[in-house]
Amino acid sequence: MTAAATTHDEYHDHGPAKGFMRWIVTTNHKDIGTLYLVFALVMFFVGGIMAMVIRMELFEPGMQFVDPQFFNSMTTMHALVMVFGAVMPAFAGLANWMIPMMIGAPDMALPRLNNMSFWVLVFAVLLLASTLFMEGGAPAAGWTLYPPLVLQGGNNLPFAVFSVHLLGVSSILASINIIVTILNMRAPGMTMMKMPLFCWTWLITAFLLIAVLPVFAAAVTMLLTDAHFGTSFFDAAGGGDPVLYQHLFWFFGHPEVYIIVLPAFGVVSTVIPTFSRKPLFGYSSMVYATASIAFLSMIVWAHHQFTVGMPLAGELYFMYATMLIAVPTGVKVLNWTATMWKGSLTFETPMLFAVAFVVLFTFGGFTGVMLSLAPADFQYHDSYFVVAHFHYTLVVGGTFPVFAAVYYWLPKWTGHMYNEKLGQLHFWLTLFSFNLTFLVQHFLGLAGMPRRIPDYAIQFADFNMISSIGAFILGASQLLFLYIVVQTIRGGEKATDEVWEDAAKHGLEWTLPSPPPYHTFATAPEIK
Amino acid sequence: MTESNQQKKNTGLVVKLALIVIGMFGFGFALVPLYDVFCDITGVNAKVGVEAATAQDYAIDPNREITLEFVTSVNGNTPLRFAAEIAKMKVIPGKSYRVNFSAENLADHGMIGQAIPSITPGLATKYLKKTECFCFSQQEFKAGEKKIMPVQFVIDPELSEKYKSVTLSYTFFDVTADKYRNN
Repeated sequence: MTAAATTHDEYHDHGPAKGFMRWIVTTNHKDIGTLYLVFALVMFFVGGIMAMVIRMELFEPGMQFVDPQFFNSMTTMHALVMVFGAVMPAFAGLANWMIPMMIGAPDMALPRLNNMSFWVLVFAVLLLASTLFMEGGAPAAGWTLYPPLVLQGGNNLPFAVFSVHLLGVSSILASINIIVTILNMRAPGMTMMKMPLFCWTWLITAFLLIAVLPVFAAAVTMLLTDAHFGTSFFDAAGGGDPVLYQHLFWFFGHPEVYIIVLPAFGVVSTVIPTFSRKPLFGYSSMVYATASIAFLSMIVWAHHQFTVGMPLAGELYFMYATMLIAVPTGVKVLNWTATMWKGSLTFETPMLFAVAFVVLFTFGGFTGVMLSLAPADFQYHDSYFVVAHFHYTLVVGGTFPVFAAVYYWLPKWTGHMYNEKLGQLHFWLTLFSFNLTFLVQHFLGLAGMPRRIPDYAIQFADFNMISSIGAFILGASQLLFLYIVVQTIRGGEKATDEVWEDAAKHGLEWTLPSPPPYHTFATAPEIK
Repeated sequence: MTESNQQKKNTGLVVKLALIVIGMFGFGFALVPLYDVFCDITGVNAKVGVEAATAQDYAIDPNREITLEFVTSVNGNTPLRFAAEIAKMKVIPGKSYRVNFSAENLADHGMIGQAIPSITPGLATKYLKKTECFCFSQQEFKAGEKKIMPVQFVIDPELSEKYKSVTLSYTFFDVTADKYRNN
């Protein structure tokens, strides 16, 4: 402490450490935010390549390129990589970069823990990826890791389980850090109800994470002991019950989808007011809606298992509770629409992604209501309809807002404007190819095509080909995104401090220079 | 706020949050017995207890009949030929019945099996009371051995009138490997 105190004055002046070690040992929230975002982008392409393998195999009926075991590894790993490697770290990166700047704090509350949570994540994903190269291949029982199938997977199971443990540790450390930062580090005058909505949604998400990730860790630990230590948590022969795993998994798994989508709600609630040149409509109702969604998400899990043979009362409870989530979500959609109403709108790339999010996420929400109907779900269960539904909610709900956030804040981070024409081209290509890929999958599912199967009946051929073509365009379009980001980092038109017209009204980060100095808000700003 | 004050406040909050994390990890494990208790009380999930019910006398209504069906299967590659001597029977609630099941070890080595019962509809589970069952313990088979195994049961007349037919199914699991691993 004394050493820190004596060097206090230089502390404000020194920039980042020189050389490569800067990125290994950094405790600066901006550096760690960048690390998270770059890692997420790399994983986005890794998971994307896996999706390309899946769509290549499904381009035509029959077996073309990969054997079924590897196909199932691809569907499993695609989901795990995209959820835990790409989308969650992307939002963690945004949180690291933006939350201290939004609440007027000098850094995250626990900077060393921050460094650790990033590097644990890297090792967790490497551990998971290593299973791709081992005998017997990567986990292939689906990302839900259901027993008894997953117990037959062989040597990859302990790796997958430890990887989940480490991913959990990483996310929990990051969550604790975010909660402490938001609750303890706000600048004087930055009351809770003055905080940007992005901080609010992340605060609630962080609480969700620390509540449900430990339960998932417990569940996979039980898988491990069942496989290797002779316990019978999920083994019927020993008096256990495989359905218990499904309950434990979805107790985590359902909140998990909101863990992905709530910070996205925060991004959209930040972007739409800026480009509507109006304050957010119904700020406090947004806060309460977010909290209600988080609460409801923890008591509806069994709608993923309507077909396990639940009694009628259970089906009805989970059906009605699930439908209830449509109410706070509806409040949010109404508020976003009302924010745009009579605003002086412009449609730069971030706004395009945000508006597309509102429309397509609502679409995904409606198919969610269809799936929540227990009697109808028996037909949709494990079909491509479900695949289409969760890509409309997770790709649109997860990656579209990340794109919006990156285009929105990239000029602030780098000090350069991105190429608006290319950004808009990226948006339209993504929007078009996303719908080409996933819209037809609804119909495939309704017609009875099951998910996680590498081959299909001949009548599904045309729509699968359309879907695959869409996926190839979608994948290729993201190379354009990579190009735009790299180009913006390397140079380009100088960005102003505000970047967007009157943005300073919408957040403290726009009062800082672009790019912001290495240390910001060493003295707390004054909040009026 | 001074630096050390802030530090203290942060540490306090971190400790509280860490306790939530540890508590939720424990809660994950606590859900295992809680789940069993919940299934036991409500009878959902058709999980059947493995203890024998005590024999007791019920008021018998001879005019009420329920069809009881038997389903037998083996898990995976369990080398047993497993069957009930009858596929279904009419039973009067409150009356005690005895049904024989047979299992033959098709393998040329000894094996140990465990039969796991399940009842459909799930809510009827707790009304089917077994005073004797081969599923209460593991069954050891010598190579090629055939066993006749009885089940003694009674259906509690409290069972809702709306159930006209109940299915009792058994799945035989090969637990030979588990047995040797645990010992």
